[in-house]
Amino acid sequence: MTEVATKAKRVTLGGLNAYYGDSHAVKGVDLEFAPNQVTAIIGPSGCGKSTLVRCVNRMHEELPGARATGSVRLDELDVYGPSIDVVSVRRTIGMVFQRPNPFPTMSIFDNVAAGLRLTGTRGVKLRERVERSLIGAGLWEEVKDRLDAPGISLSGGQQQRLCIARTLAVEPEVILMDEPASALDPIATLRIEELVEELKQRYTIVIVTHNMQQAARVADKTAFMLSGELVEIDSTERIFTTPSDSRTEEYVTGKFG
Amino acid sequence: MSELIHLSAVRRRRDMLMRGLLAAATALAVLPLALILYLLLKKGLGAWGASFFTTDPNGNFLGDPGGIKSAILGTLEIVGLATVIAVPLGIAVALYLVEIGRQGRFAGAVRYFVDVMTGVPSVVFGLFVYITLVLTGVGGGFAGWKGSVALGLLMLPIVTRSAEVVLLLVPDSLREAAIALGAPRWRVALRVVLPTALPGLVTGSLLAIARGAGETAPLLFTAAIVQGTSFNLGQRMNSLPAQIFNDVGQAQDRLVARAWGAALTLVLMILVLTLTARLAARRSRLA
Repeated sequence: MTEVATKAKRVTLGGLNAYYGDSHAVKGVDLEFAPNQVTAIIGPSGCGKSTLVRCVNRMHEELPGARATGSVRLDELDVYGPSIDVVSVRRTIGMVFQRPNPFPTMSIFDNVAAGLRLTGTRGVKLRERVERSLIGAGLWEEVKDRLDAPGISLSGGQQQRLCIARTLAVEPEVILMDEPASALDPIATLRIEELVEELKQRYTIVIVTHNMQQAARVADKTAFMLSGELVEIDSTERIFTTPSDSRTEEYVTGKFG
Repeated sequence: MSELIHLSAVRRRRDMLMRGLLAAATALAVLPLALILYLLLKKGLGAWGASFFTTDPNGNFLGDPGGIKSAILGTLEIVGLATVIAVPLGIAVALYLVEIGRQGRFAGAVRYFVDVMTGVPSVVFGLFVYITLVLTGVGGGFAGWKGSVALGLLMLPIVTRSAEVVLLLVPDSLREAAIALGAPRWRVALRVVLPTALPGLVTGSLLAIARGAGETAPLLFTAAIVQGTSFNLGQRMNSLPAQIFNDVGQAQDRLVARAWGAALTLVLMILVLTLTARLAARRSRLA
């Protein structure tokens, strides 16, 4: 199998609802994430944007009392289908978290290899895959001489790229990023944004952000959420210049949120 | 609005008084501890000698009563087996409580019984094993391994409790990271949670071992008291606490002196274990 741009898949949300116990966090969202594009989800705190992406790789249901209804289709396949192995969903749809979370007991090399080892993947040339993933995450040049150093010895920005490399190593088709740069300084943020730009050549990318400038810089399309509902999705340019909904305009011009 | 005010004489005196009271209370609490150590060193060191650690008690009515070799080795064997029983089981229970049972009803019940077990007097564990294993004559009467079972039962809740606390300290973000990579829960527990918590698990286990090594009552009913060294856990086996218990009740000064020497040995063994635990914990914090 050759790895070309066609590997990325289209993600389609249909009537997606998410709950934490009795609280209804995502309310009937229909949304599409196109392959080889970056889709940003913006909205004020608590609007359900993180919950929404956590439903895509079925991480939401890991929390006690949390559940989701509706469909999330990966091309044609519904990841909420009855015969789907939830673990395989997460291998196919990778996720990068808000705070860098490398495994503290593992070296840089082992952190990247962790995904393969934790999923019991066999028959992979580990060294090769780790190198390719680190190159993909733009970290190889900085760490190639100290792969045995602990992952947590890296700076915050490097740790986040290490986490991206870890995600790339299991060869996902979609990458979800939940405010991946919100814990980083501006320089490290810029590196992550450049990386997102490169990664979209091969993956479908969804990035949750509360930073509107970031959405404007990296995203092809931007979705605006409010109180668990999708207000609108459009090309990033239109969302930030001529949105069709007045609430979007108020938000992007800084009237609230 | 705000003015600086000189500390009044009354408040200064009250401060002095309270400080003095607290210092006195602390001294009062530490005093018995210091006295115990002083007495142990004074009486115990006197009993120590070259042959003290290399000979078994011989039961001779006159002359050299022998050393405590069998007691030291017996304690090491019995506590060693107890550790092999209690530590893996205790950590497994904690892993269940934290990773799978969580706030469920069954986990709650387990937690409650673990708490109850922590408070059960050690003599009860001895009696339990005496009734179920010694009186029924499973593999003979008294035996070293039965002492290990009694100590293991005693150590189990301590290991579980300390391990649960440590496992809860592992950040959820790490579990989340592993699950998001597509790892099944059991692999997350074994390859991410356990290694991250390892130093704390070691510390908790060592403290449980230290606790078990000092127990007398569970051993009297199970491993009994003998003189000779044994490397067969299926036989009766000597131990330091049992030896001390036996010697201190004798009417001969040289036997009582041996009890002091054995007590000092036991305290030092546990001290070394505790220090190792502390060092392991400190190193993990630096890493």
